[in-house]
Amino acid sequence: MKKLMLGNEAVALGAADAGVKVVSAYPGTPSTEITEAIAKNEPDVYCEWAPNEKVAVEVAVGASIAGARAMAAMKHVGLNVAADPLFTAAYTGVNGGLVLVVADDPGMHSSQNEQDSRFYARSAHVPMLEPADSAEAYAFAKRAFALSEEYDTPVLLRMTTRIAHSQSVVEPDGRTGQTVRPYVKDSDKYVMMPGQARRRHLVVEAREKRLAADADRSDLNRAELRDRKLGVVASGCVYQYVREALPTASTFKLGMVYPLPVGAIRAFAAEVDELVVVEELEPFVEDALKAAGIPCHGKELTGLQGELSANAVAAAFGRPVAVPNAPSDIPARPPVLCPGCPHRAVFYVLHKLGLTVMGDIGCYALGAVPPLNAVDACVCMGAGVSMAHGMEKARGPEAAARTVAVIGDSTFIHSGITGLINIVYNSGTSTIIILDNSITGMTGHQQNPSTGKDIRGNAAPALDFVKLFEAVGVEHIRVVDPFDLPAFEAAVKEETARRTVSVIVASRPCALLSKKTEPPCVISKDVCRRCGKCLKLGCPAIEKHDLMRINPILCVGCGLCAPVCPFGAIGKEEAR
Amino acid sequence: MKKDIIICGVGGQGTLLTSRILGHVAMSAGLDVKLSEVHGMSQRGGSVVTYVRMGDGIASPLIEKGGADMIIAFEELEAVRYLPYLKKNGHVVVNTNRILPMPVITGAAAYPENLMEILTAAAEVTAVDAQALAEKAGSVRSVNVALLGAAARQFSFTPQQWQEAIRSCVPAKTVEKNLLAFAYGNGEK
Repeated sequence: MKKLMLGNEAVALGAADAGVKVVSAYPGTPSTEITEAIAKNEPDVYCEWAPNEKVAVEVAVGASIAGARAMAAMKHVGLNVAADPLFTAAYTGVNGGLVLVVADDPGMHSSQNEQDSRFYARSAHVPMLEPADSAEAYAFAKRAFALSEEYDTPVLLRMTTRIAHSQSVVEPDGRTGQTVRPYVKDSDKYVMMPGQARRRHLVVEAREKRLAADADRSDLNRAELRDRKLGVVASGCVYQYVREALPTASTFKLGMVYPLPVGAIRAFAAEVDELVVVEELEPFVEDALKAAGIPCHGKELTGLQGELSANAVAAAFGRPVAVPNAPSDIPARPPVLCPGCPHRAVFYVLHKLGLTVMGDIGCYALGAVPPLNAVDACVCMGAGVSMAHGMEKARGPEAAARTVAVIGDSTFIHSGITGLINIVYNSGTSTIIILDNSITGMTGHQQNPSTGKDIRGNAAPALDFVKLFEAVGVEHIRVVDPFDLPAFEAAVKEETARRTVSVIVASRPCALLSKKTEPPCVISKDVCRRCGKCLKLGCPAIEKHDLMRINPILCVGCGLCAPVCPFGAIGKEEAR
Repeated sequence: MKKDIIICGVGGQGTLLTSRILGHVAMSAGLDVKLSEVHGMSQRGGSVVTYVRMGDGIASPLIEKGGADMIIAFEELEAVRYLPYLKKNGHVVVNTNRILPMPVITGAAAYPENLMEILTAAAEVTAVDAQALAEKAGSVRSVNVALLGAAARQFSFTPQQWQEAIRSCVPAKTVEKNLLAFAYGNGEK
C-alpha cells in the first residue's frame, strides 16, 4: 500500500522491515524523526535516547557484535562526537548488520556548520549510501543492512535536510524475519589492540577494494543516457534538482557515494561530450573523479555554499529561470524564544548584569539575538562550560567573575559534564548555569536522562543534578526558578563573585510543555508611561503601538513582564 | 492536474498539518506528491514555509521563485514575504491576521500597512478571517483547516476526498470540529 512519508520515517520503516533489533540515538535536526518513528510505530524494536551520539553508536556496535541488526541515527555534527567508535568499528566489522544514519544540513536550517559527512565514509573506509527520495530512503535502509553483513562493515546512510524532511510516496515491500546471529568470541576481530588492529587494517583495505570494484556493477548506481552533449553526475536531492532543471541531460545517478563507481562513471563520461558533477557542499565526487583522471567540471559552476535548487542548477548551466513575482522589502521574522520561555528570564538578568555569556546548543542560542543580546559565543554541544574555563585561564579570575556558561539539561548530559569535571579538577572558578527546562526542547521535546521518562514515555530513573554536582566536587550549588527575578539575579551575583566553581540550576519547565492555561496579561493604558522596559524581554506577545499592548492570542500569562514594569502597569486580565 | 502550493506562516501556527492534509488529498486522487517541511530552529516563532507539489512525476521537493500556483498564508506579512515564489496571476489565500515580528516589536522596523495592496497588485487574492471561522467551529486551533477550506475552492478534489484526508491527518477527537472549520472556510455553511 502506498504511503506518504517523511524521508526519516521511511528510513525507520526500512530498518524495521530489515529486522533491526536495537536502535539508539541522540536527537538532532534533521535526523530526530528516524528514532521517533521507531519508538512510535515499532513496539517490537528496542529503541532509546542515549546521552550523546558516541554512546548511541557504541550501543549499536555492541548490539551488532552480539549478532543483532542495529542502527544509530544522528545529525552531521553528531557524527563528529561518534567518530571515535566509527573509525574503529570500521576495523572490527560487524556480526549483525550495523547502519549509522547521518543527516547533513546544507544551508544550515538548524545547525551551526555545513560540514559534509561524505568525508567520514572515505576516511573511515566504510560504504555510504545516499537516497534521493522517501522511496529510496526506505529501500536503501533495507539495503544498507544487507550490505553491512555481506561486506562485514558498518554502513553509513547519508540524508540531507531536504530528503529527511520531505514527504514522498513509499510502497513498502514487506518485513523480513531476522534472527539474531550467534555470538562467538573472536578477539582477533573485536579486540582492537595494535597487533590485531594491524591485521584488521589489511582487511579494511581489501574490503574497500572489493566494494569499489562491486560499486561499478551495483544497481545502486545507474547511468541514464539522454542527450549526449551533457552528462551530469549527481546524488540525493541534487539529482532531483538536476532532473527538473536539465530534463534532457544524461545523468549518472549515484546511490552509493562511497566508494564511487569510478569505472562506471568513466564509461558514462565516454558517452557524453561534457561531464559535470553537481553536488552540494564540498567537491567530494568532483575531486575523486579528477584524481582518477576523468575530466569534469563542478564547483566552478555551483560553488561551495549552502543548498542547491532546481533554479540554482539551471542558473549554473545558463538556462532560463522563472521570473519572480513582485519582490518586496519587508521586515524579517527571525525565530524567537516562545512566550513564557524560562530562558527569557535568565537572559534578561544576564544582559542586565552585563556578563560575558558562553552559550551552548539549544533553543537558548536565541539568547544571542536582540533585544536580549546576552550570548557571547556558541560553538558546539557542551562547549560553553569548557569555554568559560578557557576564558578564565586566559584572562584571570577577575574575568571569571564577569563570565558565566549557560547550558541546557540535555546538552549538559550530552557533553557538558566532562567540562565541569575539568573546571573542578583544574581549580577553575567558573559559574555554570544549567537551563533545566525538563526536556530536550529544540529538537521537539524528547525525553532525556533527567526527565524521568524514557523514549516511549515510560517511567525511568531521573538523574539528580544536585547529587551529580556534589559528586563531581562542586561545593556551591543553587536551584532557583528564573521567573523569581530578584532571587535569580541575587544568585547570579553571589555565585559569580565567589572565587570557586559554582552551579546554578535555573529550573522551570519548557513553556510549550505547560498544559495550564493562564489568563493573558494586560497593560493598563492609564498606568503605562511607554518607557519600553517590558520590550527588553523580547517577548513576541508584547507589542509596541502608540501604547504598549499585550497580544492576548500569543500571551500565555507567564507574568514575567509584570515585575519588569517599574510602574506596575502590567497585571492579569481577571485582576483588573 | 499539476499544482505547486506554498504554505507559509509563523512557526507554531499549524502549517505542517495543512500541508499534510493537502498531500493526502492529492495522493488519494492518484497524483504524485512531494511535501517539503521545516523543522527545528525556524519553528520558534520564525517565518516558516512548506512546499506542496502535486502532479505527474514530481522530481524536486522544492518550489522555485516564480513557480507557485498558489500561496496559502497564515499571516499577512508572510504572504508578502513569499510573493516572489508566486507565478504571475497566481492565487493567494491569506488569513487576515497580523503577528508582529521581533524587529517590529523592538521598534527597529515598522509593520507595513499596505500589505493587501501589494498582494492584490500581484495576485488574485482571497482574504479570510480564519480565526473567526475557527472560533465559530468551536476550536481556535483549527485556523489552519478553516484556511484550507477557503483554498479548497481552487482545487477539483471532491468533498469526500477532502473529508477523508482531514480524518486521516487530524487527531481523532478533533475530527468533527476540523470538518466544521473546513466547511466554514469552504463556504458550505
